[in-house]
Amino acid sequence: MNGARYDAAAVAVLWRRDLLRFFRQPSRLVGALGQPVLFWAVIGSGMAATFRMPGTDVGYLAYFYPGVVLMVVLFAAIFTTLSVIEDRHAGFLQAVLAGPASRGAIVLGKVAGSASVALSQAALFLLLAPLAGFPYLSVNWPLLVAALALAAVGLAALGFAVAWVVDNVQGYHAIQMTLLVPLWVVSGAMFPAGPDRPILAALVRANPVAYAVSAARLALAGPGAPGALPGPAGRDLAVLALFAGANLLLAVLVARRGAAR
Amino acid sequence: MTDAGATPRPGAAAPPRLAARGLSFAYGDRRVLDGVDFDVRAGEIFGFLGPNGAGKSTLFAILAGLLPPAGGEIRLDGERLGPRSRALRARMGVVFQEPSLDAKLSARENLLLGAALFAVPRADAARRADALLEAAGLAERAGDPAGRLSGGMRRRLELARALVHAPEVLLLDEPTTGLDAAAFRRAWAEIEAQRRSRGLTAVLTTHRPDEAERCDRLAVLSHGRVVAVDTPAALRASVSGDVVVVEAEGGADLAGEIASRLGVDARAVAGGVAVARDRGHELVPRLVEAFPPGRFRSVAVRRPTLADAFLRLTGEDLGEGPAPGAGGPLDAPGPSASPGRAATAAEARR
Repeated sequence: MNGARYDAAAVAVLWRRDLLRFFRQPSRLVGALGQPVLFWAVIGSGMAATFRMPGTDVGYLAYFYPGVVLMVVLFAAIFTTLSVIEDRHAGFLQAVLAGPASRGAIVLGKVAGSASVALSQAALFLLLAPLAGFPYLSVNWPLLVAALALAAVGLAALGFAVAWVVDNVQGYHAIQMTLLVPLWVVSGAMFPAGPDRPILAALVRANPVAYAVSAARLALAGPGAPGALPGPAGRDLAVLALFAGANLLLAVLVARRGAAR
Repeated sequence: MTDAGATPRPGAAAPPRLAARGLSFAYGDRRVLDGVDFDVRAGEIFGFLGPNGAGKSTLFAILAGLLPPAGGEIRLDGERLGPRSRALRARMGVVFQEPSLDAKLSARENLLLGAALFAVPRADAARRADALLEAAGLAERAGDPAGRLSGGMRRRLELARALVHAPEVLLLDEPTTGLDAAAFRRAWAEIEAQRRSRGLTAVLTTHRPDEAERCDRLAVLSHGRVVAVDTPAALRASVSGDVVVVEAEGGADLAGEIASRLGVDARAVAGGVAVARDRGHELVPRLVEAFPPGRFRSVAVRRPTLADAFLRLTGEDLGEGPAPGAGGPLDAPGPSASPGRAATAAEARR
């Protein structure tokens, strides 16, 4: 029996399943677009009057837009990996775990599925980029897609690892609010960490999600984008690749450990 | 569905299809499995009979490859399987007690994805999925999301999902939980059809005497140990004579009273007292005369069932509702449902 064949099959099955589920539920599609639009428009216009980016005349809606793109990715990754908890005890994942695939393949398939759903949601929101002042033709799409894909994989893998270890929905929500959401809040997505706030600036630089926000700013607004971390986009992508790789490894390790139920 | 080509009755020299030696498992200090041995022959329907807490679920999880055993070994066709071996998982189909379907995907998609997990070629998967949907009476609902099917339909779909890759061994955890009588018969008919057509081996856990009657052989599981392995008939025959079941209040006190007044071995069971003895019908008038009118709701004589055999072997009740052996509404048309069995407490309570 060829193990790799089973592993490839499981990756394909789990990947396809998440996408089938996503595109089949119109309410999820509406929510995927509506929620970030509301968030961007409401918070964005509320802050627009007081926000002033030092040294530029960029408006808050434009500043906030790349941050909301990352918020879409983060929340989609959290939402889709949360389902692992129930799925593993009373769902399709039970059957996958009892099938011939390795745990590593199961992690890869689930993360690929979650990340693809997250990217699909981000793509929907990115349709509005021109409204934020980023015409389609001026966007550096390869950089944007690479940054969002790596962030999606890293966050989905982190979500999977948390879901597997915590193994109850309430516990997952607690960790989501204390670990995952703060990753986005202190990423520079909502407000810049100026030189007058060194502790916040250090937190931002230690936060992998900040590099995703930064790369998204560079991809949308071009080099020298307001709010981007100083340094080349290649550095941002390298940090994100490391983040994705480390979290995938973590997720595989926890899923291989001990019992499945 | 005839591609496995396994022979239902191999020669005596053939190793058992699935065997275990010394399987053990503990949660902390609590030993859940304590040296479990068994041999399941190819083409056999083999059951583990025991009450909740006997270790069935843990044994199931180990056999399903979800839980590594703390000790012991599993052999498949004589070949010892290493830890995390996927050889067993690749050749087995599993029916869980909890749902394992994707409620948002259609019945047919659930089967196709189930087949894809085992790398079944697409054309074969489609053919088998359609045949199984037909056999399960779900052909008309094939396009409906699994979540919109009735509970019984979902259980049938679970069974179809476990069979869609034509496994050699089917592993079932309390398979007929939540099935009505018709669905129960249908599920068993499918398992037996696959055994005839391609030598399917089925291994199941159950605490229900009626389900256990369907097995070729049973391993009686009590406190993590296999205390007996035999055919249902032989296990039943180990309880001599008849069982007299008294339906009344105050089981334990009444059992003591009956034992002292009539000099028989009486046991408290759920809903009353049971006395196992030869020529049970002769006990009935003595019982009735020894106690005031109205003390008993009913007195009945029946042939021993697997629950009685379980009680004799382990001293424990199987824990399924009423008096031992009363199999409930799904009672198999086996010897336990013979005319000697009085339809009393069991039916009344349902």
